[in-house]
Amino acid sequence: MAGKVKWVTDIEKSVLINNFEKRGWIQVAENEDWNFYWMSVQTIRNVFSVETGYRLSDDQIVNHFPNHYELTRKDLMVKNIKRYRKELEKEGSPLAEKDENGKYIYLDFVPVTFMLPADYNLFVEEFRKNPSSTWIMKPCGKAQGKGIFLINKLSQIKKWSRDSKTSSFVSQSSKEAYVISLYINNPLLIGGKKFDLRLYVLVSTYRPLRCYMYKLGFCRFCTVKYTPSTSELDNMFVHLTNVAIQKHGDDYNHIHGGKWTVSNLRLYLESTRGKEVTNKLFDEIHWIIVQSLKAVAPVMNNDKHCFECYGYDIIIDDKLKPWLIEVNASPSLTSSTANDRILKYNLINDTLNIAVPNGEIPDSKWNKSPPKEVLGNYEVLYDEEMAQSDGTDRDLRGRPGQSTGVKGSRARDSGKPVLTTWK
Amino acid sequence: MLDPDRGLSLTIARVVQRLQGSSLHSQLERQARVSLHKPEIKLESLKEDIKDFLKTSGWEKKLQNAVYSELNVFPLPCHPAAPPEHIKEPLAYMRKAQGSWEKRILKSLNSMCTELNIPLAQKRPANEQKELLNKWNEMGTDEPDLSLFRPVYAPKDFLEVLMNLRNPNYENGEQPSFRNHLGLIQVPLKVKDIPELKEDFSELGLNIGQLGIDDSAQVPPEFFENEHVRVGQKVLAEQDSAAAQQYVRQGCPTALRADLWALILNVSNQPEDILYYEQLKSNVIQHNLLVDSLIYKDVKLTASNDDYYFVFEDYLYQVLLCFSRDTSVLEHFSYSSATPPKSYIQGKLGMEEYAVYYPPNGVIPFHGFSMYVAPLCFLYHEPSKLYQIFREMYVRFFFRLHSISSHPSGIVSLCLLFETLLQTHLPQLFYHLREIGAQPLRISFKWMVRAFSGYLATDQLLLLWDRILGYNSLEILAVLAAAVFAFRAVNLMEVTSLAAAEAVLADLSTLKVMPLLQIFLFATVT
Repeated sequence: MAGKVKWVTDIEKSVLINNFEKRGWIQVAENEDWNFYWMSVQTIRNVFSVETGYRLSDDQIVNHFPNHYELTRKDLMVKNIKRYRKELEKEGSPLAEKDENGKYIYLDFVPVTFMLPADYNLFVEEFRKNPSSTWIMKPCGKAQGKGIFLINKLSQIKKWSRDSKTSSFVSQSSKEAYVISLYINNPLLIGGKKFDLRLYVLVSTYRPLRCYMYKLGFCRFCTVKYTPSTSELDNMFVHLTNVAIQKHGDDYNHIHGGKWTVSNLRLYLESTRGKEVTNKLFDEIHWIIVQSLKAVAPVMNNDKHCFECYGYDIIIDDKLKPWLIEVNASPSLTSSTANDRILKYNLINDTLNIAVPNGEIPDSKWNKSPPKEVLGNYEVLYDEEMAQSDGTDRDLRGRPGQSTGVKGSRARDSGKPVLTTWK
Repeated sequence: MLDPDRGLSLTIARVVQRLQGSSLHSQLERQARVSLHKPEIKLESLKEDIKDFLKTSGWEKKLQNAVYSELNVFPLPCHPAAPPEHIKEPLAYMRKAQGSWEKRILKSLNSMCTELNIPLAQKRPANEQKELLNKWNEMGTDEPDLSLFRPVYAPKDFLEVLMNLRNPNYENGEQPSFRNHLGLIQVPLKVKDIPELKEDFSELGLNIGQLGIDDSAQVPPEFFENEHVRVGQKVLAEQDSAAAQQYVRQGCPTALRADLWALILNVSNQPEDILYYEQLKSNVIQHNLLVDSLIYKDVKLTASNDDYYFVFEDYLYQVLLCFSRDTSVLEHFSYSSATPPKSYIQGKLGMEEYAVYYPPNGVIPFHGFSMYVAPLCFLYHEPSKLYQIFREMYVRFFFRLHSISSHPSGIVSLCLLFETLLQTHLPQLFYHLREIGAQPLRISFKWMVRAFSGYLATDQLLLLWDRILGYNSLEILAVLAAAVFAFRAVNLMEVTSLAAAEAVLADLSTLKVMPLLQIFLFATVT
């Protein structure tokens, strides 16, 4: 294995390229022999498509799973989670337990969502139950906050459908599909500002599920004060926390970029709300990430040449309940501030250390079990193999760095230890 | 010398005078009256029974806390015949220096005022009042034109003044020698040495558990952390200020810190306190002060750009604008060497009947002032409580960091303490830095003036401020500053310029405060 890793990328970002170069890897072109390809989502589509695809050899790895969109497209993510919940319910799993209102106790972590146009009628029914609610329309295939808008009246959707020049909903191509979700209008505010959480999760294999959480996630704050007032619905600076949008606001600051570390969030919450509820919040966040991965695991093409680093977007409401908003397959590698650059550089560095062990020519047949020392700022979030072999719960507890502590039971609201659920 | 009995009775008299007529007093009276209906209160033993009642109902504890608070804040009287200015500051040359400094600041403020043709204070027109009220929670989004305003002074200006302080009764000799002081501060104040500090800060010793050291990930919580949390909860349940102050010397658990600090500072956020805050808020709405612009500018320059505190920008305005109008702050001038600046109603210059303190609270903010408030936002999200905590912290501690006095916690003593510690225990480093024109105090001064806010990571800063509260002293700031230099000594010995030394010490955000302090005080071979 004397050769150096040959890399290709179609994403010209310094945080990537610097990491490759510091390992002494060799840049090659796409049509040459390569070992490591950090590709954009368009490219992965080509690699694995029926017409243009090709087989990857044992010494080649890529940074996306072929059908990652099962998780990263908003409509498919919701579909898979709904399917997963129904399956658990059918097998009588305690995880699928519902409360007296028919809401899932442990699996209600995605805001009520409908696919448009397919579920339009279902949506209308739900809307009418709470006519004063606000809903957020998101195009399925776009990112960075593009094409998103809020509505609080049915007429506003009809208006939109009129504007896009279709006479009925039926003939929408999947490219133009939207999801409409109940807007969380009681987000937790800090300093009066709304924020969301961006967490990075690395998945090396889906079956068995092995995933890692990056310890250094961050909060993205809206530069403008949050107000649920209806007059501000159109002001995207108030409602959307995507940095791509906030960057154009008047108050955007280039030193901190409106970002806070997760450790700041934890300090603030512990100080103002107490340790137990804060730990519970972080436990729940880890929980919903793992559940979302388990939901798509059965349908994921667990190609052994693949790993993937996802950007999870989570919003916390004022009752300290976390909601999964979406999962990004290609989290932005652009750096908005100096701290950001350092964070993303280290993120890629730690990711590469796990995905390409020892920086040597990869062998896709390896067992994908990196030693603890190379994890860097990652922590094991869930390791299905370990969970099954030990008979103990190996999930990450909410206290970063604390490797001791009770792992066996996970007492939830009902006080019932659900040891079995992690298998 | 004052005999202890007389001193005690003087103190008692003063505390009684301060608490008489306070809301606590009227509450106690009310409680006593209410208790008359209770069956256990008997006429024959009325006094005793009421006393017992007040004890069991927790009111005696509240009184105790109030007395404790008074004792902490006000200095002990030195002599019944001492004039009031001696309570402010016993040394005449210090008083004089403070007076000159104040004149300079006021001159600077007045000239800015004249240059920009803006009155010091002005009533707002009705529509502006309405607008401000609407925007009260988001003043950060306002972008007034602040380009013409400059901070009245920055810490380095103040340092220049301190460097030039001289005791006219003390002959220093022309040449600084190793017998004299090689640092920037040239006044002979008594400062503690390490053995004395070890005694004072004994709870920071190596064999005593500390938060900030013994709660790290590698230490099982059963060793110290769990028990410490349990004790903290007990202290809070007892609502005992003195116990809380002792407890926090070993650090506050994050979940208990807000309540513990409030207990120590005797801040309870009663309805009348909330009302008082609302009253201040309406004062802000009605009148525009020139210092408001200084506050805006300061927040925009400091906290808004800070990774930790930018989120709380709006809270800072809400606290500081109200603070400027709070005349109860004037009380602290009786034990501060500073005197509030006076201004005169337009056209009535020099006429005492038309003199007002300006700003109403007598405190002119300087560059970095808002950083005193910022860390508190991590603990208190309710504006009136946040306000009161800040005000208490200011009148107990922060005011000493920007006034010239001989008090052991005053900035002059802290500077001298820092320089002496460094010169005594790291003489090679001190000499080297001095030789290359990088007097250590030039670098550490800004840390101490700001009580390290904005320089340390917030969780570390809060652990440091725990100890300030616990020991009721700011000396720990000087000790930490010296400890930081000791920690980076190896790198500092290699530098050859002030700029390079500044660079070595530019980023303190990764420092762990408690280990540094512990090592410097208890584990350094001298």
